[in-house]
Amino acid sequence: MNTTIMLFLVQDGITNGAIYALLGLALVLVFAVTRVILIPQGEFVTYGALTYASLAAGQMPGTAKLALALGIGACAFDLFVARKALHGRLILRSVLTNIVLPSIVLALTIYFAAQKPPVAICIALSLVIVAMIGLYLYRIAFQPLAHTSVLVLLIASVGVHLALQGLGLLFFGAEGQRGPAVLSGAFTAGALRFTGQSITVYAITIAFIVGLWLFFGLTLYGKALRATAVNRLGARLAGIRTTLSGQIAFLLASVIGALSGIMIVPITTLYYDSGFLIGLKGFVAAIIGGLVSYPLTAVAALVVGIVEAFSSFYASNYKEVIVFMLLIPVLLLRSLAAPAVEEEKD
Amino acid sequence: MSALLSVTDAHVAYGKVEAVRSVSLEVGQNQIVTIVGANGAGKTTLLSAIMGILPLKGRVTFAGQDLARLDIEDRVAMGLGLVPEHRELFVTMNVEDNLELGAFRIERSRAKASMERVYTLFPRLKERRKQLAGTLSGGEQQMLAMGRALMGEPKLLMLDEPSLGLAPIIVADIFRIVTELRTAGVSVLLVEQNAQAALKIADQAYVMELGEFVLSGKASDIAANERVAASYLGFQHEGASVL
Repeated sequence: MNTTIMLFLVQDGITNGAIYALLGLALVLVFAVTRVILIPQGEFVTYGALTYASLAAGQMPGTAKLALALGIGACAFDLFVARKALHGRLILRSVLTNIVLPSIVLALTIYFAAQKPPVAICIALSLVIVAMIGLYLYRIAFQPLAHTSVLVLLIASVGVHLALQGLGLLFFGAEGQRGPAVLSGAFTAGALRFTGQSITVYAITIAFIVGLWLFFGLTLYGKALRATAVNRLGARLAGIRTTLSGQIAFLLASVIGALSGIMIVPITTLYYDSGFLIGLKGFVAAIIGGLVSYPLTAVAALVVGIVEAFSSFYASNYKEVIVFMLLIPVLLLRSLAAPAVEEEKD
Repeated sequence: MSALLSVTDAHVAYGKVEAVRSVSLEVGQNQIVTIVGANGAGKTTLLSAIMGILPLKGRVTFAGQDLARLDIEDRVAMGLGLVPEHRELFVTMNVEDNLELGAFRIERSRAKASMERVYTLFPRLKERRKQLAGTLSGGEQQMLAMGRALMGEPKLLMLDEPSLGLAPIIVADIFRIVTELRTAGVSVLLVEQNAQAALKIADQAYVMELGEFVLSGKASDIAANERVAASYLGFQHEGASVL
């Protein structure tokens, strides 16, 4: 193999790996805070990508309606749970965040979809829509199960994944879509050619990782999220609501998913079910990081991306097989290193 | 004036096993109340249930409000604090972050002053404020757990076995601080196996055995009652109970 091809593959691998890194980090975050293995992460990717592509093509994305429907459901849950101690402020807050907000976004989406909005508006709307879906899903599907075992949460997670995938087919149809590049143009450096899109991917990934690092290291809410992950009872005794931490985690995960989708969709055609496989590669990275380590997950994600790039060059039929095979030695080593796995009590 | 915390006819069960049966107690303003008794008497279970960690059958009121429908977090916000037996610190975060999070429900402007107070109470924590909680010694971890709870500006602080596994000199330090808290206007509900030390600083005391209160009264009376000491607290003479 000559160096040019190698460099090219590494570059390709890093671009994909950066996206897997973001997804992997989101998975670790959600698992640490809520113990949910977030299978629907892939659907956040698809929803973000296809909402963006639909809007850019001047079509009305069904996800905006889904957000409102889920919001109504979430509001109903809020009111039902608090039915014996309802007071005005609680009702007002729930209605505002769960019904008024998605209604406004839906109205904006209908207004803008009719007139092929600029890229920035498409991105903003897609992010907000998917973020709301993530938030309301937590309220409806996971918050009521928060005290159950990891296995129950995993089953709920699979259920949500299947439901969202089906809805994706309904909203976007079976054909794939592509979106406009966030940044067009390209430049070459030596043998390598950097497109505006790949630069965008690097820049957003790095910005997001730095942003998350600052959020977790410096802000009170970031620290509260870490505290919940480290010791759930301790956090509750400090007055930090587990549900608040869960909401923030899901909000971050859905925004990260949607953002990844928006970054990928100008490069690759995405279908209603493409997100699952993309999310799964983030999951491979997260597993290599043991579902606890953020730096290990980020590095593993880059490795996954590069392995994928090389295997698609040498044995493209087996590219997925090779990527997922990475897991087997890691799981073996981990199981040998820690033979007794006990489920967290509480 | 009514009691700050009042528990009436409380039952706590793990499945079908009742660990606490028909217990009633009161903690007044500016009081140290202790619950003493052997290991397994149900003391920790009772504290957990008052905090809302375990379901409790019976009536608990705090500062005049019924706690029945309130979550742990709401009880914290009302001024009820618990330092649990296992401390439950954020071990991978530093001392200062642990303390800062203790004031999660407190206004930011007040939290700063709160932290200064905690550092005055526990100068050791100030020296180690950038150190990870998990790397502290047992005594320092206990201080941090107490400090974190105090950051929430509790009206009543419940301490579960604060002396467990600590060197006598640190135990003395912690008990001295508990009496200082009373002076500062924080009531304390203290659960201890080290009955002698607890009875020495407490105003009121309850003796718990097999899930029930078998005796209650002024702490000094209970400490002075030799028959009680021998049969319930497991010590015959001064010093025998210190492990």
